[in-house]
Amino acid sequence: MADTPDPKETKQLTTGTDGKKSMLEKVKEGTSALKDRAVDEAKEYKDPQETQLWKSIFRVSHDRSDPRNRSLAILSNVFLHLHPAKINRDAVRYPFTWGMGGITFYLFIVLTFTGVLLMFYYHPTKADAFRDILYLEHDVPFGKLLRNMHRWAAHLMVITTWLHMFRVVLTGSYKRPREFNWCVGVVLLVLTLLLSFTGYLLPDDQLGFWAVTVGTNMARATPMLGHEGPFGPQLGLTAYNDVRFGLLGGSIVDSNALLRSYIWHCIGIPLVASIFMAVHFWRIRKDGGISGPAPVVLESEMKAVKKK
Amino acid sequence: MKRLLNKWTVLGVALLIVALWAINVHDWHQLWTISSTPDNIPIVAMLLLVPIFTWMGVRQAVANDRLIETLEADPKLAKTHHRKVEPWRPGWARELHVWPYLVRIEFLATVIVTVVLFVWSIALNAPLEEPANPNLTMNPSKAPWYFLGLQEMLVYFDPWIAGVVMPSIIMVGLMAFPYVDSNPLGNGYYTLRQRRFALWMFGAGFLQWILLIVIGTFIRGPGWIWFWPGQTWDHNAVVFDKNVDLHDMIATSGIGKALHLGFLATNPFKFIFGMIVVTGFYIVGGLFFHWLMTVDFKKITFRPLRLFPKNEFEQKILSRTSLLQYLTFQFFAVSVLLALPVKLILRLALTIKYVWVTPWFNI
Repeated sequence: MADTPDPKETKQLTTGTDGKKSMLEKVKEGTSALKDRAVDEAKEYKDPQETQLWKSIFRVSHDRSDPRNRSLAILSNVFLHLHPAKINRDAVRYPFTWGMGGITFYLFIVLTFTGVLLMFYYHPTKADAFRDILYLEHDVPFGKLLRNMHRWAAHLMVITTWLHMFRVVLTGSYKRPREFNWCVGVVLLVLTLLLSFTGYLLPDDQLGFWAVTVGTNMARATPMLGHEGPFGPQLGLTAYNDVRFGLLGGSIVDSNALLRSYIWHCIGIPLVASIFMAVHFWRIRKDGGISGPAPVVLESEMKAVKKK
Repeated sequence: MKRLLNKWTVLGVALLIVALWAINVHDWHQLWTISSTPDNIPIVAMLLLVPIFTWMGVRQAVANDRLIETLEADPKLAKTHHRKVEPWRPGWARELHVWPYLVRIEFLATVIVTVVLFVWSIALNAPLEEPANPNLTMNPSKAPWYFLGLQEMLVYFDPWIAGVVMPSIIMVGLMAFPYVDSNPLGNGYYTLRQRRFALWMFGAGFLQWILLIVIGTFIRGPGWIWFWPGQTWDHNAVVFDKNVDLHDMIATSGIGKALHLGFLATNPFKFIFGMIVVTGFYIVGGLFFHWLMTVDFKKITFRPLRLFPKNEFEQKILSRTSLLQYLTFQFFAVSVLLALPVKLILRLALTIKYVWVTPWFNI
């Protein structure tokens, strides 16, 4: 409370009556005290990790010499908490996992990021769609790079998904207790392919149009659900009420098909895929982390099957 | 006797085939056009990536197999020896902190992938054709490369099989894989000898899938006609469709006429005939996979003729397999892994269109 002026002194200052110190000196003294305090406080800010702001965001000391802090760095971080705090020393060896699952997830993030940016420049209508791509390529700063990156990341994601599955098969990681997570992974593979396929139509060019025409023509041959499939006509299906009609929102690939594939591509499938991804990652932890590299088991150690 | 099939003869024959092919290439420009199309780059990349990662996996599998062999031969050693190729050493921590030892690898991976994507995106432009025009059909009109396997299947099967049933069976079959594989070994480490059959089956499926994609990309030209790599894609090429149904082929053949089998071309006999053929295919296919599953290739001899020597290890695995697991596996194996190449050969080499014709569906 030393800095707040005493009411008596204030009176003296304002009235200008005799005192021990003149008004000017009092002001000088007060200013230098304030300055000292400011300097002292500023010195404390020199270490940003000691500030209230920093501590409120990170909550854990970043002094990594303490092993407890290394664990807390993972456990108390929402983005990293799907990792365990510690792992088997061999599990980080690259040749074992190939890193393909993680890279696939990273590509999904890249695709979401570039995809959101692309959505700013695109209208899913027959009148605008193709022109929007031309504008994107020629008028939008870095528009061409943005579109290229979205397409190549999508292709790369299909490749990394396959390689991830390939590795899981080679290491037998789909075996007990991870059978169910393998099934979730197969669903994610289908969703990845569908995401890529629904995006194919969006530029509304000849390439996408005919690829989707060929693709959805197969749907009209679906047994019991398509009007050209086995038992379809017998069940009263026509080109106007079968599964292909439902996919395209019409009997031909037109404006409704464009809108439907846009919504599936940007909202529907990413939403479903996110849910499956959450389950996929969760189950990795719950099933005991990654499968290996595990110690080899010998044929002679194979346990007999339990008979109930 | 020296083994005829060693790596040098295989390499030599492979080189000879490539050389013979290269001599016969008429149109290098066509070849370059196909392989440098931006949308085809991923397949070209896969032709490199798949062998690289296969090699990486097989190398570790071979090392593990060697360790397994050593330990199987020496039970005393097996009790004391560390069970990994790169053993733990005293003084080492058995576990590492994820921060920073895993997180830094992940960070590095994202940086590398980002750089690769930037370079790729700057170097190659995403394709954009003319505006969509329903009145002007693209020729060839191709699906995205990862679906070309399905599109190529359309050549061999009707759309309801190639486009709907086959993909569904493949997906369900993939999901069933962990539940029908009753082999408890090889969980969490690379090995070839402990999981011979499962890896062969999966490898065969993966290879077929890649093969169909490669055919669909590099070989199918305008009109979905077969052009060998190096041939010019001729838009005026016409191929006369001389495919016939199996029952017609038999009924009109010399032998068929001699045996008075003309009735096979009429209903209901062609229906019954087709049903018998398809049923027979499933039985023969099942026997084939059973043989593949149980045989010990090293013990096969021709003099005296022994084609069905049993593999002891596979017999043990088979005794752990339930009937449901066995039949489920057989269904998926015969329906996809065998049906696909068999129909491919029937169609391409023997010009057979359908084997079973009914009023509702054709197979």
